[in-house]
Amino acid sequence: MRDVAIIASAQAVNTATTTATPVEMLIPVVNQVLANAGMARSDIGFWCHGSCDYMTGQPFSFVSAVDALGAWPPIIESHVEADGAFALYEAWMKIQTGEVDTALVFGNGRSSSGDINRILTLQLDPYVVGPLWPDDRSIAAMQARACLEAGVITERAMAQIAARNHHNALTNPVALRRGEHSVEQLLAAPLVASPLRELDCPAHSDGVTAVIIAAGDRARSLRARPAWIRGIDHRIESQNLGNRSMTTLPSAVIAAQKAGVANDKIDVAELHAPYTHQELLLTAALGLGESTSINPSGGALCANPMMSAGLARFAEAAARIMDGSADRALGHASSGPWLQQNLVCVLEGE
Amino acid sequence: MSDDVLRIRTPIGIKYQYSAGPRVSSHLIGLMEGRFVGKRCPSCHLVYMPPRNGTCAKCGCLLGEDVEVGQRGTITTFCVVNVPFLGQTIKIPYVAATILLDGADMGMQHLIQEVEATEVRMGMRVEPVWRPREEWQPSMENVLYFRPTGEPDAPYESYAGQL
Ligand SMILES: [Zn+2]
Repeated sequence: MRDVAIIASAQAVNTATTTATPVEMLIPVVNQVLANAGMARSDIGFWCHGSCDYMTGQPFSFVSAVDALGAWPPIIESHVEADGAFALYEAWMKIQTGEVDTALVFGNGRSSSGDINRILTLQLDPYVVGPLWPDDRSIAAMQARACLEAGVITERAMAQIAARNHHNALTNPVALRRGEHSVEQLLAAPLVASPLRELDCPAHSDGVTAVIIAAGDRARSLRARPAWIRGIDHRIESQNLGNRSMTTLPSAVIAAQKAGVANDKIDVAELHAPYTHQELLLTAALGLGESTSINPSGGALCANPMMSAGLARFAEAAARIMDGSADRALGHASSGPWLQQNLVCVLEGE
Repeated sequence: MSDDVLRIRTPIGIKYQYSAGPRVSSHLIGLMEGRFVGKRCPSCHLVYMPPRNGTCAKCGCLLGEDVEVGQRGTITTFCVVNVPFLGQTIKIPYVAATILLDGADMGMQHLIQEVEATEVRMGMRVEPVWRPREEWQPSMENVLYFRPTGEPDAPYESYAGQL
């Protein structure tokens, strides 16, 4: 295995709407991550992009994203129809092949182009569940209800998670939603999809995240304290909701095991949990304890740029290693209903 | 079995709001005024008309200042459409051409009319025929087609870089 590290990241300020085209949104962030790494476009060996055509409603919309890269002379480039974190996994693989030493990974999405809660319905199975048009909140609410009834969570614990994430987002300049809320205030708020309240649900946003990864000494030459990827693993639950556990996340358990989460103490974890109850499920599945600081950025609850929020978690976790405030961090990205897909990455300082 | 379900219909519909972006907007506003407004790349200085998605793909940067081009242009290459197809509205044979508007560095596709298909050639000078002003929309469809101006052909060297 080649040692590979995250050496730089950049994020756009998350917004509720934007008039710029997706590629117009990308260019400033691609420029920023290169500047943060002290690199030029010509220094990048591989480019990998995560996005989803359903976000823009345009087939092959990802092709225009290449316009942000300056693909002349020709570049080596790939795309995943998924969050940018899954593009990072591909780029990590690409570096493992030995073909390239550096990769720029980016994910972007404009959630405001359509009704995101309805667009996400299209990821459900198209024969049995999809035609009923349950929206994203309703699907998540079913899971939260099952967890409450099983005694896995409480509404108070969900409110505590909402309060902590919104508090943490006060110091995150790119978050869309932030603020101080008491648990009592949160519990008094009206339900939007029982048992979920507005602040139990993600702040869907328009956003972009870009990350640069590099191998071995190349990483050391570019960053004083790179965030080394010590373990990375992706596991998927059944796409059939009827075959799924509503109260546990077996795929996250396996991913955490394969990524070596339990090998040592985790100082910081950035979890891609769009809904409050999902953070609790993930914390349990990943085996995280009291000593781990969860979502110092405010997480996906405070800014959920579709196709970029998972990569943003990796960027936030890596930032804590690079600035020396953590020695061991966990980045997590998810996708699909009820956290169907789980990608876990363990990052360490040297 | 005869009562197996072999097929179901599950119609889907999602509404999207399309945003042209600030850079393409000036181009679309230009079309509402009967003008061709492109944009210059601040890095390689090429003039894009239309301004694509607001970016120069070669440089990977946002396009800069507005540049009005045309209205006349030169046919750089073309094809004669002889094949009938469903929904065809124009009498065949007709010509679809790549037109390099004067002052632009990027060709655009449009229809050539008011000339026999056999007479269309590379280097031919053409001009737009606009729809009546009251029908104008923020769309290139404001131009019905291009037709020959009768000027002498442009020299090959003037558009060789486009081929
Ligand atoms: Zn350029």
